Amino acid sequence: MSVPLIAVEHLTMRFGGLVAVDDVSFTARPREITAIIGPNGAGKTTVFNCITGFYKPTVGRLTLRGDKEYLLERMLGHEIGQRARVARTFQNIRLFPGMTALENLMVAQHNKLMRASGMSVFGLLGLKRFRIAEADAVEIARRWLERIDLVADADRPAGELPYGAQRRLEIARAMCTEPRLLCLDEPAAGLNPRESAELNNLLVSIRDEDGVGVLLIEHDMSVVMKISDHVVVLDYGRKIAEGAPAAVRDDPAVIQAYLGTDDEALDA
Amino acid sequence: MAYFSQQLINAITLGAIYGLIAIGYTMVYGIIGMINFAHGDIFMIGAFISLIGFLICAALGINSAPLAIVLVLLMAMAFTAVYGWAIERTAYRPLRGSFRLAPLISAIGVSILLENYVQLAQGARPKPGGGSIVTGGFTLFSSDGFDVRVTWLQIVIVVVTVVLMAGFTWLIASTSLGRRQRACEQDMKMASLLGVNVDRTISLTFVMGAALAAVAGMLFLMYYGVVDFFIGFLAGIKAFTAAVLGGIGSLPGAMLGGLAIGLIEVFWAGYFSSEYKDVAVFAILVLVLIFRPSGLLGKPEIEKV
Repeated sequence: MSVPLIAVEHLTMRFGGLVAVDDVSFTARPREITAIIGPNGAGKTTVFNCITGFYKPTVGRLTLRGDKEYLLERMLGHEIGQRARVARTFQNIRLFPGMTALENLMVAQHNKLMRASGMSVFGLLGLKRFRIAEADAVEIARRWLERIDLVADADRPAGELPYGAQRRLEIARAMCTEPRLLCLDEPAAGLNPRESAELNNLLVSIRDEDGVGVLLIEHDMSVVMKISDHVVVLDYGRKIAEGAPAAVRDDPAVIQAYLGTDDEALDA
Repeated sequence: MAYFSQQLINAITLGAIYGLIAIGYTMVYGIIGMINFAHGDIFMIGAFISLIGFLICAALGINSAPLAIVLVLLMAMAFTAVYGWAIERTAYRPLRGSFRLAPLISAIGVSILLENYVQLAQGARPKPGGGSIVTGGFTLFSSDGFDVRVTWLQIVIVVVTVVLMAGFTWLIASTSLGRRQRACEQDMKMASLLGVNVDRTISLTFVMGAALAAVAGMLFLMYYGVVDFFIGFLAGIKAFTAAVLGGIGSLPGAMLGGLAIGLIEVFWAGYFSSEYKDVAVFAILVLVLIFRPSGLLGKPEIEKV
């Protein structure tokens, strides 16, 4: 067993009397796609919100291993993106709708650009180093636009793009931050089968070519079973199963959570 | 015709100054959705610092007007930027995430504080100065025995304003900093997730707005040759009207609004009565709020359901 990319230990998140996530522990490894599945309200998105700093967990430790160990629960929102390099997308798309597709990808690279400009406004006044960095950033953005098949739409406002394109653009934007861990919240939601297949290819290429660890929340089992290496199943805030996709699929606890308890099975 | 042309020239000059102040309102509103009522007083402080700067230049024996203007401009922008930064840091940032009215009330408090501070430190009497740095002009044309004059100062004001506005438009539209600002404006939480330091971006917005207000303050001082602790109030409210008229949150809107307010004020004073010029300006504010709340270039706000 290799070193995990992120270790979630005893994560508990309470909102008043409601326990959204209850003592969940799991790990995700680098260069793997780890899927988190479970019925609605199982606490999947809450886990994501804790990892990306939207919520401060009530209890628990979230360790990301990069160049050093980052304790995510202690970091400020922008540090998680900037230093620990965790990127995420949302169930409901959150692009910058008034900015062009290209600009959306450029914003995601601003940390690099800021470093090149010496963290100052002076860098903007035409330092050579900054111009080179800017050109590099445009080049990286172009390459991503090619990968997600949006080159022709580079200068269109992101809010005007078709739904499927917005989903892909959001993933590309997250990738432009050069993340170690990419958290995708239902990326296949609302996609047609063809788009869904394209998404599978994109995610596999992110895992295999870019070598990024992916944490994936997904309801679409065709996506989960096909591309994930490891599956974590949540139900009512608790982890009920974990393992390889095929093993999880046949786990009785998982079947029960998804389909409910069979009366005859209870009688027997 | 000659009279009209003269008024037009005066109006453009005044509009340029309002436009510079209005940008500060509009940028801050765009990024954190708050009206910074202390912005007019930042402008007033900029004018005072310019006055002090010109006096220092005179004391040091700097006689070249362009050199003095550049030095004073840099000094005023630097000091006023520190004011802008400090105000945001102490009076607004702690209230972020609080209820909507809290920073607004805080802003009014800061405005009163700055006015009283300057009144105590500099005295309540109007202070003359700065009016004789750039003098002279030329006659554009004469007709009906009326000379249409353009002063060099008016040209300086319009040129400085146009250059700064072009610079700012470029900064917002095509630099990494501008992209960060627009990203924060559209979705602050998401920008933060992408690693954008939202607090620093907001601070920079205040600094930029304050620096522009300082420029406006200096130009105002040179134009009118007198400054007192209360100029920020009326100029601030008028610039705010300009920002609303142009569509608050929109940078070109602020410039257009400033120009429009300058035109209304000067033409009203020129053709009707100068006592009621402020009434005319604020009547426009009321009409805009009733008939076109999103302003000339603003986008209508869509209620999310």
